[in-house]
Amino acid sequence: MKERLRITDYGLCFTFCGLLLTLLFLTAGVAMAQTGEVTDDEVNAVAKDLFCPVCESTPLDVCPTKACADWRELIRTQLAEGKTRAEIHDYFARQYGDGVLADPPKRGFSLILWALPVIGVAIGGVLFVRYVRNLRREGDAAATAVVPTTLSPASAASVLQPIVPLEASGDYVSRVEEELLARK
Amino acid sequence: MIPDLGTIALGFAFGTAVYAALAAWYGHRTDQPRWVESARNATIITLPLVALACFLLIISLLRSDFSIEYVWRVSSRGMPDYLKVTALWGGQAGSLLFWNFLLAVFTAAAMMRNWRRQRELMAYAIMVASFTQIFFLGLSLFIENPFNRLAFVSPDGNGLNPLLRHPGMIIHPPMLYLGFVGFTIPYAFGMAALMSGKLDDTWIRLTRRWTLVAWLFLSLGLILGGRWAYDVLGWGGYWAWDPVENASLMPWLAGTAFLHSVMIQEKRDMFKMWNMFLIVLTFCLVISGTFIVRSGVISSVHSFAQSAIGPLFFGFIAIMFVFSVYWLSKRHEALKSENHLNSFLSREAAFLYNNFLILAILAVVFLFTYYPIFSELITGEKGFVGPPVYEQATGPLFGALVLLMGVAPMTMWYRTSAQRIGMGVRWPALAALIFIGVLIVLGIRDWRALLGLWIVSFAAILTLLEFWKGTRGRMKAKGEPPWTAFATLMGRNRRRYGGYWIHMGVIVMAFGIISMELFQEQTQIRLTVGDTLSLGRYEMQFLGASRFPGPDDLLITQATVDVYDNGRYVGQFYPRTELYTRTNQPMTIPDARSTISEDFYMLMINWEPTSSNQATFRVYLNPLVNWVWAGGIIFVIGTLIAAWPDRKEELVTVSRPHQTVLAGGD
Repeated sequence: MKERLRITDYGLCFTFCGLLLTLLFLTAGVAMAQTGEVTDDEVNAVAKDLFCPVCESTPLDVCPTKACADWRELIRTQLAEGKTRAEIHDYFARQYGDGVLADPPKRGFSLILWALPVIGVAIGGVLFVRYVRNLRREGDAAATAVVPTTLSPASAASVLQPIVPLEASGDYVSRVEEELLARK
Repeated sequence: MIPDLGTIALGFAFGTAVYAALAAWYGHRTDQPRWVESARNATIITLPLVALACFLLIISLLRSDFSIEYVWRVSSRGMPDYLKVTALWGGQAGSLLFWNFLLAVFTAAAMMRNWRRQRELMAYAIMVASFTQIFFLGLSLFIENPFNRLAFVSPDGNGLNPLLRHPGMIIHPPMLYLGFVGFTIPYAFGMAALMSGKLDDTWIRLTRRWTLVAWLFLSLGLILGGRWAYDVLGWGGYWAWDPVENASLMPWLAGTAFLHSVMIQEKRDMFKMWNMFLIVLTFCLVISGTFIVRSGVISSVHSFAQSAIGPLFFGFIAIMFVFSVYWLSKRHEALKSENHLNSFLSREAAFLYNNFLILAILAVVFLFTYYPIFSELITGEKGFVGPPVYEQATGPLFGALVLLMGVAPMTMWYRTSAQRIGMGVRWPALAALIFIGVLIVLGIRDWRALLGLWIVSFAAILTLLEFWKGTRGRMKAKGEPPWTAFATLMGRNRRRYGGYWIHMGVIVMAFGIISMELFQEQTQIRLTVGDTLSLGRYEMQFLGASRFPGPDDLLITQATVDVYDNGRYVGQFYPRTELYTRTNQPMTIPDARSTISEDFYMLMINWEPTSSNQATFRVYLNPLVNWVWAGGIIFVIGTLIAAWPDRKEELVTVSRPHQTVLAGGD
C-alpha cells in the first residue's frame, strides 16, 4: 500500500513537473511566436517606399494587385527573419533594379538627380543676380543722369518722375486712398 | 454609316483647317484682307464639323455600336448612359477628338471676340492656331481615328476603365483639357505679335482673360484630380507625383509664372522677351503634357515606339519650339526693354523672384518626371524617382514662394525702401511667431512643420492685412460700411484683389498640405467581426461585411463599421472593395468621417468570407485635409473674380497707352 502510494506520489510529482515543463515550453513557444509575428504596420512601413515595376507609381503598401500582395508577404517573411528595412530594400533593388526604390540610391547615373538641381539653381542664381544687378546699374545710371539724350523726354520722365513722389508719398493706406479716389 | 459620316466630318474639318492656314498666309502676303477674313470664317466653320464628329461618336457609344473599335474598347452594354457619353474621353482616340473639339471652340471664340480689335495680329494668330489644329486633326484622322472599324462585330465591349467610372472623372479630364487647349490662344497671339513685329503689350492685353480662363480650368483640373484620387484610388492622399499629374502641373507652373510676369510688361514695359519665352514654354509643356497623359511614355521608352503617335508628337513639339525660338531670336533687338530695374526691392523685382522660384520648381519636376526616360536611354535601366525625393527638392522652394507671396504685395513699383518693408512685416512676423509658440506648447516639435507653419501663417496675416487696408481705406475715404467697402473694393480692382483671394486659397491649401505631409497617421490591422481598432481619438468597430453584385460587371464587397469619436458614436460607415470582373481589376473605395480638423479615412483591404469572418482594414487620420479642398474653392473664386469680364476695361484696353501707375498696382 505504502509503496504504491509512494509510487503514485512520484507519479504525481512527475506529472506535475511534466505539466509545468509543458506549460513553460508552451508559453515560451507562444512568446517566441509573438515576437516573430510581424504586424501589417511594420510591413507597410517598409513597403511604403517601394514601387513594383508593374503598377506604375502606386506605392507597394497600398497597391491592391495580387503581385504586390505577394511582395508584401515576402517583406513579412524577411522581417520575421530579422532583416532590417535597409536590407529588404537592398534585396528588392538587387532583384528588380534600382527602379523599385522611391528614393533612388545616390550612385551612378542617378547622381544627376542631385547634381543637376544644385548646379542648375547655382548657375541660374548667379545668372539671375548678374542680370538683375546689370539692370539695376543701368537703371541707376538712367535715373541719376539729368535727362539722358538717348531717351525721349517722355520716357525719361517715366523713369525719373515716380521715384521721388513714391518715397515721399506717406504710408500705404494713404496711397490706397488716393488711388481709390482717383478711380472714383 | 455613322462611322463613315464621322470620318467624313473629320476630313472636312481637316480641310477647312488647312484652308484657314493657307488663306491667312496668302491673304497676309498679298495684302488682301478678304482672304484673311475667309481664313477666319474657315476656322469658325471647323468648329461645327469637329462638333459633328464628336456627336456621331457619342451616338455610336450610346448605341453600343461595337463594329467601331473605339466603342468596343471603352464601353460595354451594361454601362449607364452618362458613362457611355463620358467614354468619349476614356481612351486615346476619343480624347484626341475631344481635344480637337475644345481647340476648335477656343479658336472660333477667340476669332469672333477679338476680330475687330487687332487686325494686324489676326492673320498670324490664325496661322498658328490652325497649324496646331491641323496637327491634332491629322492625328485624329490618319493615326488614331476613333471611327476605325473592327474586322468582326463583338457582342459586348471591354467596358470603361474602372478608374474612370467615378463621377469625378466626368469633369476632371475636360477641365484639364480646357486648360491645356486654352493656352493655345495666348500662344497664337504671342507668336502673332512676334511675327508681325507688333511687339507692344497688345497681345498680352488681348489674351489676358484667355490666359486666366485657361489657367482657371487647369487649376480646377488639378484640384478635381486630387479629389478624385483621394476618393477613388484608396491610398489616403491626393497627390503622388505621378508622371501624369506632373504633366499637368508643369504647364500650370509655367502659366503661373507667365501670369505674374506679364504684369511687369504691362506696368513697366520690361521683360518682353521673357514673357514670350514663358508662353512658348507653357505651350510646349501643354503639348507634351497631352502626350504624356495618354502615351505612358514615362514608364518606359518602349511604349514610345509602339505607337506612331509618339514620334509625331515629338516632331510637332520640336517644330513649334524651333519655330518659336527662330522668331524670338529674330526679334531679339526689338524685344529689348527701354526701361530698367531700379531696385532689388520693388514690385517688378518681386515678380522676378517669383518667376525664378516657380521655374526652379518646374525644372526640378521636369528632371524628376523625365528621369526614367533619360535613365533608360543612357544606362538601359529603368529609373524611378519617388515622392520623398520630390518633396525634399520642392518643399523648400514652395516655402520660399509662399514667403514671397506674403511679402511681395508690400513692395511698390520702381522701388521700396527696406525700412518700409521692415515696418510692414515686423508685427505680422511676431504674431506668426506667437502662433508657433502656441503650437510648441501644444506639443508640436517637428522643425519642418514649425518653419512651414510659421511661413504660411505669416503670409496669411500679410494677405489678410491687404484686404483690411484696402477696406479701411474705402471706409475712411467714402464713409462706407465695412461690407460695402469690401465689396466695392473687390469689384473696382478685381485683378488685384482676385489675386489676393488666390493667394489666400494657396495659403489655406498650404496649411492642409503641411499637416497631411507631416502629421498623417495610419494603421492596418485584421479584425474579426465585433472587434475594434483605434487610431488617435477614433475607434472603429467592425460589424460585418457582405458581397453583392453592382451595376454592369461590378462585384461589391462592403463592410459595415461603427465609428466613435472620443467614445461618442458618430455614425455607420461603409468602406468597400469593388471588383470589375471582366478585367479583374480591383479597387478600394474609402469611406471617411470628415470634419474641418481631420478625416478619419477607412479602407477595407481584404475580406475572406469563406475562411473566417475577418477583414483587414487600413485607416488613416488625415489632419486638415479638408483645408486643401476649401483652399481650392477659395482659389477658384479668386480666379473667377480676377477673370470676370469687365466692360469698362474691355473698352479702354486697346486705346489705353502705356501709363504710369503710382500705387501698388495689380
